[in-house]
Amino acid sequence: MSTPPTPPSGSPDPSGPLGEFNPLEPPPGIDPTPGAAVAPPVDPRLLVRQEGLRGYLDEFKRKVRGGELGSLPVVIGLIVIWLIFSLKNSQYFTAANAEFIAYYMVGLGMLATGLVFVLLLGEIDLSVGSVSGLAAAIYAVLSVTHHWNAWLAVVITLLSGMVIGGLQGWIFAKIGVPAFVVTLAGFLAWQGVMLWLLGSTGTINLEPKALNALFSGNSFFLGGQIFGAYLLAIIATVGFGASLFLQQRRRKAAGVPSRPTGELIARTVLLAIPVFLVAWILNKATGVPNNLVIFLALLVICDFVLRRTTYGRKVFSVGGNIEASRRAGISVPMVRISVYAISGTFAALGGLAIAATTNAAGQAGADPNNLMMAIAAAVIGGTSLFGGRGRVWSALLGIMVIESINAGLFMLGLTLDIQYMITGGVLLAAVIVDSLSRRTQKSSGRA
Amino acid sequence: MTNPLAGSYAPASADGEPVLALRGVSKRFGAVQALSDVELEVHPGEVVALVGDNGAGKSTVVKAIAGVHPIDDGQMEWEGRAVTVHRPQDSQHLGIATVYQDLALADNLDVVANLFLGREITTYGTLDEVAMEKRAQELLDTLSIRIPSVRIPVASLSGGQRQVVAIARSLIGDPKVVILDEPTAALGVEQTAQVLDLVERLRERGLGVILISHNMADVSAVADTVAVLRLGRNNGTFPMRGTTQETIIAAITGATDNAVTRRAARTPRSEGEV
Repeated sequence: MSTPPTPPSGSPDPSGPLGEFNPLEPPPGIDPTPGAAVAPPVDPRLLVRQEGLRGYLDEFKRKVRGGELGSLPVVIGLIVIWLIFSLKNSQYFTAANAEFIAYYMVGLGMLATGLVFVLLLGEIDLSVGSVSGLAAAIYAVLSVTHHWNAWLAVVITLLSGMVIGGLQGWIFAKIGVPAFVVTLAGFLAWQGVMLWLLGSTGTINLEPKALNALFSGNSFFLGGQIFGAYLLAIIATVGFGASLFLQQRRRKAAGVPSRPTGELIARTVLLAIPVFLVAWILNKATGVPNNLVIFLALLVICDFVLRRTTYGRKVFSVGGNIEASRRAGISVPMVRISVYAISGTFAALGGLAIAATTNAAGQAGADPNNLMMAIAAAVIGGTSLFGGRGRVWSALLGIMVIESINAGLFMLGLTLDIQYMITGGVLLAAVIVDSLSRRTQKSSGRA
Repeated sequence: MTNPLAGSYAPASADGEPVLALRGVSKRFGAVQALSDVELEVHPGEVVALVGDNGAGKSTVVKAIAGVHPIDDGQMEWEGRAVTVHRPQDSQHLGIATVYQDLALADNLDVVANLFLGREITTYGTLDEVAMEKRAQELLDTLSIRIPSVRIPVASLSGGQRQVVAIARSLIGDPKVVILDEPTAALGVEQTAQVLDLVERLRERGLGVILISHNMADVSAVADTVAVLRLGRNNGTFPMRGTTQETIIAAITGATDNAVTRRAARTPRSEGEV
């Protein structure tokens, strides 16, 4: 609508009956306790927060009881995992291992980021693993076999991912084939295309050029200098704190409830501690890998898009109630197609990152495990499978869990069979937590 | 078919032009004549209750006005001039807001996000949450709507609160006529009172309200005028004041046109006067 909605409060006719109407007066028959207009009765559901620590504790308890667990289960899980493996192997809790996890989680993390968008719609994309493998193959064929400019090959590769995702989204949104089936077909078909592209050799070795160079294992932020990591930590902390305080100021100026300054400081410190700790640990190894920097930057952008733009609002609303979105004038098919295009693009990017870890595009690129791990990561991180609830940061948290387990099991010399069983168990646990918290939310009237 | 009990049309605010009027509207679905020659007038600041039995055509009238099912015959007038409504958007652009029975709120979004869904306030392409929250709070305050917080997901609101939010949401676009489809159908006593209070506040703000209801108590509590539909036709329009519920129910059920009334009509007077 082109005309901005005017606040109806500003437009009453002074001669109209509204003049006698006092909004503060309790309407008759609505309030059981007379005189409640001055001090409304405290409804236990009212979100009145007491001042001080007690209030936060109460709010926290209320949230947990109401099933709004957020990132709590995954953070606890992560600590438990680290504790167990550290006890089993003294090499686990070292800077080198942290560096290893930080580097190898990025590729799958990117797949998981795209999946978060899809999961927010309450849908699934089973093709991301195959698309990532195909993307690596496309890039390899273009840049190595045909000697194209490496950056051009990167752009073409990402566009291919976008088109593939958009095509699947179109079939789902416009023709009405269930997304599960469309992407299952994609899972097989794109893997076939990848094998066909790679040809009889099966593997194409990549040159460390363009994005591939940035994604490679010996590329670090500012060449791995000590202050590079701290610079990133400072940017993250200051950026986070500044946005909080800016928001507080704007809310105060507009006269809407705002968070107290103490809470803002606490939040900023709470972010600063892990961020600087990670910077310190990675510095003890070789620095912050560039692929991690790119991954984190993309997460910040995606978070912004989802929470601060109309597009993100549309994604959440389609995930929450399709009919409501349609009546609000949102083009549901467009949202669906674009979300699958985003998922496809992230799959392609993740494919490039995965290929860079081995410096080769091979038949293993479309390993079905990549798909499973990426879905597991998004769900473990706290994005609901039921749509409408989640954040892109769950991709980061979830993939940290997955890679922490993988690294630990690898270190203990456990074979693939055990590794799959444990990862499968963790995924199941995450889905159970998701379903249970949804049930609690339902029974306490929050879902 | 005329109803001998139907009073003459006398709206509460008869002083002005009707903001919305249907003149001889007909609608046919295949072999089914859903509406024939339906007349309806809504004045600013008037609550018109549209009542009738199941299948009487209430929903069809609403959908015709809202542009979901365009009318076949007859005319729709908006502020005195004839208009055609083919799509829901046409009706919205005129200033008609429809609140459907199944609320159409996104449970996972908070109250502010739901109120502004599809017409968010943005600055530099980003959501202006502060402006939206402020405006939402102002709107809810003027309507005396009490909810725990504008920042909680709609899922945690009670049925009455959700209905009230859905109605408030229809007001964001500054409409002149609001159509409420069974707003109290699934609500308890307390929550129904809340919604009916809101309907009165809409009237006080000078909006025309079309209220569809099965509940005669609700209708008599807030309506100024009652328009009865029976089998797709008008079966009387009554001013609420001075009309008994029995009269209205008789018009709804067609009790004025059954064997008993025919007999009653026949005995004292001449035949054929139905």
